[in-house]
Amino acid sequence: MNLTTLLQLLVSSTLLYAAPLILTALGGTFSERSGVVNVGLEGIMVMGAFSSIVFNLTFASQFGSWTPWLGMLVGGLVGIAFSLIHAVATINLRSDHIISGTVINLMAPALGVFLTRVLYDGRGQTDFIDKNFGISNIPVLSKIPVIGDIFFSHTYMPAFFGIVVAILCWFILFKTRFGLRLRSVGEHPQAADTLGINVYLMKYAGVLISGFLGGMGGAIQAQIISLNFSITTIAGQGFMSMAAMIFGKWNPLGAMGAAIFFGFAQSLSVTGAYIPIIDSIPSVWLQVAPYLITIIVLVGVIGKSEGPKANGVTYIKSK
Amino acid sequence: MEKRHVKSLLTLGFTSGLVLAACGNGGGSDTAGSDAASGDKAAKDFSVVMVTDVGGVDDGSFNESAWNGMKEWGKEHNLEQNKNFAYIQSNEDSQFVPNLNQAVNNNFDLIYGIGFKLKPAMEDVAKANTDQHFVIIDEVIELDNVASVLFKDHEAAYLAGVAAAETTETDHVGFIGGQESDVIDRFEAGFLAGVKAVNPDIKVDVEYAGSFGDAAKGRQLAAAMYTNGADIIYHASGDTGNGVFSEARDRMNANPDDKIWVIGVDLDQQAEGEYDGGNLTLTSTLKGVGEAVQDLSNEAMEGTFPGGKTTNFGLAEDAVGLTDGNLSDDAKAKVQEYKQKIIDGEIEVPTHPDEVK
Repeated sequence: MNLTTLLQLLVSSTLLYAAPLILTALGGTFSERSGVVNVGLEGIMVMGAFSSIVFNLTFASQFGSWTPWLGMLVGGLVGIAFSLIHAVATINLRSDHIISGTVINLMAPALGVFLTRVLYDGRGQTDFIDKNFGISNIPVLSKIPVIGDIFFSHTYMPAFFGIVVAILCWFILFKTRFGLRLRSVGEHPQAADTLGINVYLMKYAGVLISGFLGGMGGAIQAQIISLNFSITTIAGQGFMSMAAMIFGKWNPLGAMGAAIFFGFAQSLSVTGAYIPIIDSIPSVWLQVAPYLITIIVLVGVIGKSEGPKANGVTYIKSK
Repeated sequence: MEKRHVKSLLTLGFTSGLVLAACGNGGGSDTAGSDAASGDKAAKDFSVVMVTDVGGVDDGSFNESAWNGMKEWGKEHNLEQNKNFAYIQSNEDSQFVPNLNQAVNNNFDLIYGIGFKLKPAMEDVAKANTDQHFVIIDEVIELDNVASVLFKDHEAAYLAGVAAAETTETDHVGFIGGQESDVIDRFEAGFLAGVKAVNPDIKVDVEYAGSFGDAAKGRQLAAAMYTNGADIIYHASGDTGNGVFSEARDRMNANPDDKIWVIGVDLDQQAEGEYDGGNLTLTSTLKGVGEAVQDLSNEAMEGTFPGGKTTNFGLAEDAVGLTDGNLSDDAKAKVQEYKQKIIDGEIEVPTHPDEVK
């Protein structure tokens, strides 16, 4: 394998792993910036994955190659519906955020498999989809010599979509009036309320946006990697996204970077077997490398990670 | 503030455990049958039950195949589901012991443990209930009331190796395993030996995902292998293999002239290999867990339960094998030739990768 191929493999493998994590981590950022802890991301991803697969299997013949993108949108919409439960429970009914999120996580896989059984005559997993995201070259950019070959050819479109969304999210959160209000609600809801900001509305916006992005993250995972829905389709990605969000200090660009970093660590452990020198390291070390690298970076490089001040605190208006 | 974070992290840990618990049939363990007859061993009163490995009886793999065998057995003898045969689903490892005890308390005549992970649990329960008969699949328990069933997966994997060696155009193939274990060692050893038997110069890449349920890792491993020049990958990795199939499909869709293949495992995985221009499942190795369940249920019913013994199911018993899939006629002939040699005892297939030269 020559150097360009090797680097191309390393990059595309990184993006493959990171794609679902980026969007979900961004979702978590919105929710927590508005002051609602969302441990239910895993469950939201499950529902996103499930609905996108069902949509894809049903409508693939109508929409052709657009199916996975529409499936992603459907996953996002179902994610919104599902996160609404979390929003109502935590914002209006004042329940504990962690408990509500846990309920979401408990409910989603069971509901997903149950509905799969109802829809697909009693089987615990769906068929495989025909129209998935697939491997593609990014138009124009892949024509750049060397860099185009390494970064933009034979790669995964949803990862680039995630990167664009991350930049957009950063802009919304830090450069718009809406973003400022959302963040103020997560830092000091009383003060925000005094200034006339509708705290509940902002919190709802945060949680529902997180549902949308988390659902899309799940849909990407299902339509790019597993290509069907079963109980193992989403196995911990939601929690990894939460970790990426904390790692990225509740900043959309940071969360994206952290997700890509996780993907890179994982990719390195896989492609390491083909890199000279690294290939002489026993495979056990390569397998634990992602976790080891993550710990080292967390402890050594990244400083104190501090979340929004009023994160996880239920806001009671009249108090 | 700080405290809250510790709390959320702790909760995170618990939640991930709970999520697993919620897998499958919606939490808890489902008993499909409770009041089975005891004492009288006439056919109508004979009852068997299986405790699944993690996952339901429709996992498209091991558990499903065992359950199908049990249903077949029931049909053969006109028996009633939930009375004469039933399953208890395990949603996580910690449920093995309670599920086995539940089976014992419900007086089933024969209790199956499907999968090597049940060994420690079954050992404990079998020691405590010495007059109850048990069967463990894919492991050996040396107790008088336990029959052990081993499959010669290496024999089927050997044939897969022969098929791969006959088909490869780059003289480079790959093997992706789930978790390192005795069972997957057999697959790896058989595959390696099969490839080398046909052509010792073919290069074989071997990688493990470290999990049977990590499709993302499977896909990354497959991408690396295909990029590195392998044109056939044999996976013995459960759901991790979904990632192998998705990578292969996308490559074929993007570049149909570069023919690559996947070899499936345990069940016929032809459906997973469909892509726009055809099918890329070269063949699949089969593992007849169902047949074994049927055989042993019959033996136990006839009063010849092989307690304390280990039964080996291999090519000779037709309990493992290889599908025709998309094999060329030449490859099929070659596979047939080696199959006969194994059955005749001319070839001894190694069971550990270290034994393969």
